[in-house]
Amino acid sequence: MSTRRLAQEQPESFVFSDTSTKDVEFWLNKFPEARKQSAVIPLLWLAQEQEGWVTLAAMESIAERLDMPKIRVMEVATFYTMFNLAPVGEHHIQICGTTPCMLRGANDLKAVCESRIGKKGATSEDGRFTWSEVECLGACCNAPMAQISNKDGHHYFEDLTAETLEALLDKLGAGGAVKAGPQNGRQTSAPEGGPETLKDESLFDGSRGKKLKSIPNAPQSSPEPSPEKKGHPKETTRDSQEKARTDSQQTPDPETKEDKKAVKAKDADGKKGGGDA
Amino acid sequence: MSEDLRKLVVDGEEVEVPADLTLLQACETAGREIPRFCYHERLSIAGNCRMCLVEVVGAPKPVASCAQQVRDLRPGPNGEPPKVNTATPLVDKAREGVMEFLLINHPLDCPICDQGGECDLQDQALAYGRSFTRYEENKRAVEEKYMGPLIKTIMTRCIQCTRCVRFAAEVAGVEEFGMLNRGEDAEITTYLEKAATSELSGNVIDLCPVGALTSKPYAFEARPWELRKTESVDVMDAMGCAIRVDARGTEVMRILPRIYEEVNEEWISDKTRFVWDGLRRQRLDKPYVRKDGRLTPVDWTEALDVAAQKLAGNPEGIGAIVGDLADAEGMKALKDLMDGLGVKSIDCRQDGMILGEGPRQSWLFNSTFMGVEDADHLLLIGANPRYEASVLNARIRKAWLHNDLKVSVIGEPVDLTYDYDHLGETAADLDKALSGDLAKAFKEGGRGMIVLGAGALNRPDSAAILNRVAQFAKDAGLNQSGDDAWNGFNVLHTAASRVGGLDLGLVPGEGGRNVAGMLEAARAGEIETVLLHGADELRDNDFGDAFVIYVGSHGDEGAHKADVILPSAAYTEKSGTWVNAEGRVQTGARAVYPKGDAKEDWAIYRALSDRLSRTLPYDTLGQLRAKLIEDHPSFGGIDYAPGAADLDKLDFDALGEKGDLSAEPFRSAVTDFYMTNPIARASRVMAECSAVKDEAPRMEAAE
Repeated sequence: MSTRRLAQEQPESFVFSDTSTKDVEFWLNKFPEARKQSAVIPLLWLAQEQEGWVTLAAMESIAERLDMPKIRVMEVATFYTMFNLAPVGEHHIQICGTTPCMLRGANDLKAVCESRIGKKGATSEDGRFTWSEVECLGACCNAPMAQISNKDGHHYFEDLTAETLEALLDKLGAGGAVKAGPQNGRQTSAPEGGPETLKDESLFDGSRGKKLKSIPNAPQSSPEPSPEKKGHPKETTRDSQEKARTDSQQTPDPETKEDKKAVKAKDADGKKGGGDA
Repeated sequence: MSEDLRKLVVDGEEVEVPADLTLLQACETAGREIPRFCYHERLSIAGNCRMCLVEVVGAPKPVASCAQQVRDLRPGPNGEPPKVNTATPLVDKAREGVMEFLLINHPLDCPICDQGGECDLQDQALAYGRSFTRYEENKRAVEEKYMGPLIKTIMTRCIQCTRCVRFAAEVAGVEEFGMLNRGEDAEITTYLEKAATSELSGNVIDLCPVGALTSKPYAFEARPWELRKTESVDVMDAMGCAIRVDARGTEVMRILPRIYEEVNEEWISDKTRFVWDGLRRQRLDKPYVRKDGRLTPVDWTEALDVAAQKLAGNPEGIGAIVGDLADAEGMKALKDLMDGLGVKSIDCRQDGMILGEGPRQSWLFNSTFMGVEDADHLLLIGANPRYEASVLNARIRKAWLHNDLKVSVIGEPVDLTYDYDHLGETAADLDKALSGDLAKAFKEGGRGMIVLGAGALNRPDSAAILNRVAQFAKDAGLNQSGDDAWNGFNVLHTAASRVGGLDLGLVPGEGGRNVAGMLEAARAGEIETVLLHGADELRDNDFGDAFVIYVGSHGDEGAHKADVILPSAAYTEKSGTWVNAEGRVQTGARAVYPKGDAKEDWAIYRALSDRLSRTLPYDTLGQLRAKLIEDHPSFGGIDYAPGAADLDKLDFDALGEKGDLSAEPFRSAVTDFYMTNPIARASRVMAECSAVKDEAPRMEAAE
């Protein structure tokens, strides 16, 4: 990443629009008067939502509003890379370049952007597209992916290939509607081509269920304690199990150990039941 | 607050330290040296350089000792004091690792770096670093930033300690330094790369542990080991900041602060620091006599003869005016000479200040500069400490930040870097301001301080102002005697020579004239000879037909008017005594010899006295000083500020006289901070600073 600088050409002034003003009030109301500087990030974000980027005038107006030195606002705006310090195109394509996406082909996506839009960070000649590389956006299971920010908001476009990205850019360029989410027909992050596990109908129709003799973890003060509980009233609840474990660490107690074994066996049974499906 | 002491074992040695010390301070108490870059005693703790890592026994990792307090350490299982190690292999390895990281992006340009030889990074790399590098990638490069005419930047050398950012925000109170971007791209800059506007900005050069911020005027001039270091006293304002004058050969190469907790902590103003190029320009290096309307260089004999001939005239027709930078020795010799001649018209208050009669306490900064930190209320009248005593202003800001000092101002509504109650702009506002809630607050709120600026004491209604303020001080019970003695009456002078001059009694004797009177008499022809002892800031410069003898170091206002010029030494060129506003007597040593034929002031008067057959009774500086202390015992207490001692000598009823207060607004005595004296006016750097200050803000965004 190259050093981020403020744009050379800056607008003269900045005012929050009527809709933004409401949000500004909302954020300012969240903090006590003496701590209103806490609202600096939300306010910078609102300014970016409104203008598409954070202008110098916006920084200064926010500094004045929050009663803080201008340089402190600028420090925040330059620290967080999601604040655009220069104008961006109508569609801001943010390609994730972090390891999982890179391994799954983010470099191909970057090549597409480079050929269609220009160098990293550049805006296309028609002003419609800007592309930049960002760090992990947390959608690694659908790598490679990109976030596209435009007037509709910020949307993830996942499972991209060079071809689907091209198609996407074509559509956006033509002003057409695009569908956010995985671009390979996959349902969210479910396995490609439909589910592969948990297909057994019996898992879902209730036929595998066994009637419970007693409700696990039921309160001890139940009027009719189960026969198991009579012998060792403590052992059946999880709390008492844990207690037994800690007790056993200090004074080994053969009895509790045996009980634990029994519990383990029970657990194993339960697992087996689940594993069959 | 009773002190919470904790025991601590540092490298096997048990020490007992206050719980709120940091581990770094505790280790220093135990005599261990902890390397550091970002930590600085007078700044907040950042903890971002990691150089001060130490081993706390039981902690999983090395600990940044600057950021952890002694009270945060837990005792051992059986209550043993916590152990800290500073010299174990773990610590060595940690330091080596940190140093290796710091040096990854630090250029290896020590041979062309001005910091070389006094660089923390250089020294610590030698002491704690590896002997070679394992780093083979490219180093980062950072663009230079413009920070004004004083600070040169080589930002590639920056190690992001953020000392400069913290200094600007905390001490200077001008939040214009910041660290932009993040990670590898982080860079220090001023807002929009405008010139730093603080009058204390030069201190970031000292604070910078590497060569990223260096002195622009001093760039590539000298190496620290070539310089002869002389401890001296600053004369740019009346604070008498402790300075170190670094000289090579015959030239002063730079001026640095010395640590003097009571006066300047370790800061000095930009004027003090960068005025040294003014010591090389506009210098008077030979005697001159005006012949046919033109000043012509002559030898000492001729110049002294001409001057002596004039001074031999009627003492009624002679006047002497002393300027702002004079040392006590020169003033004493002048005073003795004039007394010998019977001259009564002598004055050291070229701005027309009214103080000078009565006890010494009436013209001192009695609370002392350090006292600002003990005060609860501060009232500034006609003073702008930011430019009249910049380092004191930093101390007021410190007290305002940390001790909840409440500041009120009657005077110009200027930015003092701290909040204050503005109670009015004119003397006429005094009555209202002093009678209201303020008096109540002063009475009830512990220790109060009133500071009368020089701007309030040189007006036609100054006597009335002084009277009114003194009455207020009396009513508010400003002065407290006893164990907790406190004198809250303060005068903030702007001239380094003023307190010394007043202590020496350089005020008109019986039948003598003050400065305004002398000038008037000169124009009326009643005064025929005026001796200017470095007096260049006279408000009114018309001497009529009087013969002007100028004794001074720079070709400034006074020299232009002169008929005889007797060149003397500047403050770095003589061993002198100055008394600061607190009444603290300080001596400075000679760093270089006077320029050309120039002589020390006292020697000039000694030579004149010989020609006038009124030979002064001293032949050496030592004899002069002995006489000085004999006649004026206060000069014997070197580095001593009286503070609240002799509190009862100050009689508030005797100060000033009743009169009407005018509606004229107060004006600070300093109009252009960078141009207050002949040395500063001769300095190119100061001229540039003055020009930059007035320049409209540059709206140039970084590229």
